[in-house]
Amino acid sequence: MSVPILKFDAVVVGAGGAGLRSAIQLSEAGLKTAVLSKVFPTRSHTVAAQGGVAASLGNSEEDHWRWHMYDTVKGSDWLGDQDSIEYMCKKAVEVVVDLEHYGMPFDRIDNGKIYQRPFGGHMSNFGEKPVRRACAAADRTGHAMLHAMYQRNVKANTQFFVEWMALDLILDAEGVVVGVSAMEMETGQIVIFHARAVIFATGGSGRIFAFSTNAFINTGDGLGMAARAGVPLEDMEFWQFHPTGVAGAGVLITEGVRGEGGILRNAKNERFMERYAPNAKDLASRDVVSRAMTTEIKEGRGCGPNKDYVLLDITQLEPEKIMKRLPGIREISIQFAGVDPIKAPIPVVPTAHYQMGGIPTSYDGRVVALGADGGNVVVPGFYAAGECACASVHGANRLGTNSLLDLLVFGKSAGDSALEDLKGGKAHRELPKDAADRARERIDAIDRRRGGVSVHEARQAIARAMQDHAGVFRFADLLHKGVAQILEVEKMVRNLEIKDKSLVWNTARVEALETENLIEVAKATMISAEARKESRGAHVRDDAPDTPEFPNGRNDKEWLKHSLWYREGNRVAYKPVRLKPLTVETVALKTRSY
Amino acid sequence: MTTRTMQFRIYRYDPDKDERPYMQDISVEVDSTDRKLLDALTKLKAKDETIAYRRSCREGVCGSDAMNINGKNGLACLTELDSLKHPIVLKPLPGLPVIRDLVVDMTQFFKQYHSIKPYLVNNDPPPERERLQTPEEREELNGLYECILCACCSTSCPSFWWNPDKFVGPAGLLAAYRFLADTRDQATSERLDNLEDPYRLFRCHTIMNCVDVCPKGLNPTRAIGKIRDMMVARAV
Repeated sequence: MSVPILKFDAVVVGAGGAGLRSAIQLSEAGLKTAVLSKVFPTRSHTVAAQGGVAASLGNSEEDHWRWHMYDTVKGSDWLGDQDSIEYMCKKAVEVVVDLEHYGMPFDRIDNGKIYQRPFGGHMSNFGEKPVRRACAAADRTGHAMLHAMYQRNVKANTQFFVEWMALDLILDAEGVVVGVSAMEMETGQIVIFHARAVIFATGGSGRIFAFSTNAFINTGDGLGMAARAGVPLEDMEFWQFHPTGVAGAGVLITEGVRGEGGILRNAKNERFMERYAPNAKDLASRDVVSRAMTTEIKEGRGCGPNKDYVLLDITQLEPEKIMKRLPGIREISIQFAGVDPIKAPIPVVPTAHYQMGGIPTSYDGRVVALGADGGNVVVPGFYAAGECACASVHGANRLGTNSLLDLLVFGKSAGDSALEDLKGGKAHRELPKDAADRARERIDAIDRRRGGVSVHEARQAIARAMQDHAGVFRFADLLHKGVAQILEVEKMVRNLEIKDKSLVWNTARVEALETENLIEVAKATMISAEARKESRGAHVRDDAPDTPEFPNGRNDKEWLKHSLWYREGNRVAYKPVRLKPLTVETVALKTRSY
Repeated sequence: MTTRTMQFRIYRYDPDKDERPYMQDISVEVDSTDRKLLDALTKLKAKDETIAYRRSCREGVCGSDAMNINGKNGLACLTELDSLKHPIVLKPLPGLPVIRDLVVDMTQFFKQYHSIKPYLVNNDPPPERERLQTPEEREELNGLYECILCACCSTSCPSFWWNPDKFVGPAGLLAAYRFLADTRDQATSERLDNLEDPYRLFRCHTIMNCVDVCPKGLNPTRAIGKIRDMMVARAV
């Protein structure tokens, strides 16, 4: 059966923050650009970001990009690449100002400038005290940002393919990316997008866990496609558990709540963060706070009938301040915790939130593979940005508000790099004859199978395996078992069956295809985590404890390196961390404390 | 864990196999952690995977899961299960063509949204830093920018049902006023010209269904009134 081919200069997969930011660069430069998205762009998960986007504007107090850079390197537990981190922190002011010019409704301070609030791990003067760096639109920053960027794309006449699911990456015999196959959800038709540049901006994959702040759509589609095409996934063992998900519901409560003065309390009404992070307290880095909360609960100081959560208290704040700065949080708390935070504290637990790793890129948004000499080699025609990519700026732990910054800076740089590479208008490279085969075969197999496993069953098995074996604290024996278990679960995923055979808006088929992506992310996570025999950032294991030789269990001698998981053979390779920034001095290795 | 049974009557239509739409009676067990209608729908889908509906964020910010619930438009993820009478009758949003089951074709809705030029227009060379806006000027945008484009309002509006191609509808008009109210925007007169028409703005008969159903508590009728005031002000 012949598959229709649509020809574009560039194809962007994903219409969240990173995809829309790339598309602005491409469309405004006049390139013929297609943006594919499983959902209408403003339904992408960037919409759920709350607290702010980091930029050292210095609107309320002195701030510098170098302080921001220091905080980000420290937050990453030195696993972040310092060239990328310098690039991001330096560009922050420019991309936030761009957003304002697009019309984003930032909150304002009295002199008319953008409002900024404190956030975890963001400090002034190289770690001294919290600084107001998070640029915010109330507690709806992601929503305001995503809509502003969608609107800018409407102005730029970007061509959207809404409710299209990308299926697989297309490479030619020389390893050049020449397009992507995709399915229109309304008709079930498969189409090839033939392009000279393919930009992945497919977001996160938090749905590998049973309890996650992530939307249903966050199924790691870009990671699955990259893995199937032979591209390795970097640093997948590092998952951020956000300290404050609503207990039971998983819905996110922004760290901005603590930025505005919120305090975490245990069953004894104690402000326990004072013991774990005497300086930054409730505004320590997310990994530190999540571990502290988990320890409190484990040691019996949790709240509620089952002592299984702690409380986030803002009752001491002025109600007017809550209504003005945190109106969305109040709404969420009433809706999902049944609590009005003006009157009573919110029950919260650490909840899977953000994937620090992803498709390896350099700071220019170009996807890079591992060369024979251990260096980076560009995968021609392929770019990635946002949560699906690993530039790597977050290293072993991301700071709050750096994700929205990441998607702006690297969305833009991926777009700019594509523009640069396409200059001179070279012809499209030829599509391989089997361009749509992989996608076609995947769909046919799912459609034809009888007596297989349901999508629901397979997804539950993935979520259970990940939740039980790769949580906030990690244990050598559990990781070992987890690897065996997830490889068993993979067999279920290879045996998926759907009852719904319709061509029209077949959500069962979409979810089956998503599950095939989730399993790649789950394997990458579990296998990379089992392999890394140290504690660093969000990856803390029982057999790598805090010792004088290895403070916090971190072992720089052996493990100051990035993991690269390959789907073929579940192999893990390593590459060095780039400790040399672009223009300034290296932020020297140090023990991390807040 | 205590479970309870939810009875549903759901609009079903798959053009690939059904000659015409029908209502399906189906029930599902939910437990005490299932608080919202979307939680029950997720359980229902595990039981019958052929039921099609949109959903994503499950916290009321993405606007995907708008549907007609016991006769009233709302978001499944924000609708309290225990507030609903049984059987819970679920239908697609009214007034738009149905693609399948609870999934409607929103082309007309977005066409109207796009028709108001939903982007900031400012033709001055952009300054090096942010354009300034006082906190009071910024406050004018509250109650406007928070729209999630779920279409609950427009598809509950009789004027939109009758003239979806000519009347912008409450969501689009709310967005139009969001830009008219922004001190940074310079296209005021073009925006008003664009709405100066017997249908585009003036088909609103202040029935206020839009206000009644908005899951974000926004008030498109008030925004429409403000646009009318601006029209009057420039006419005199």
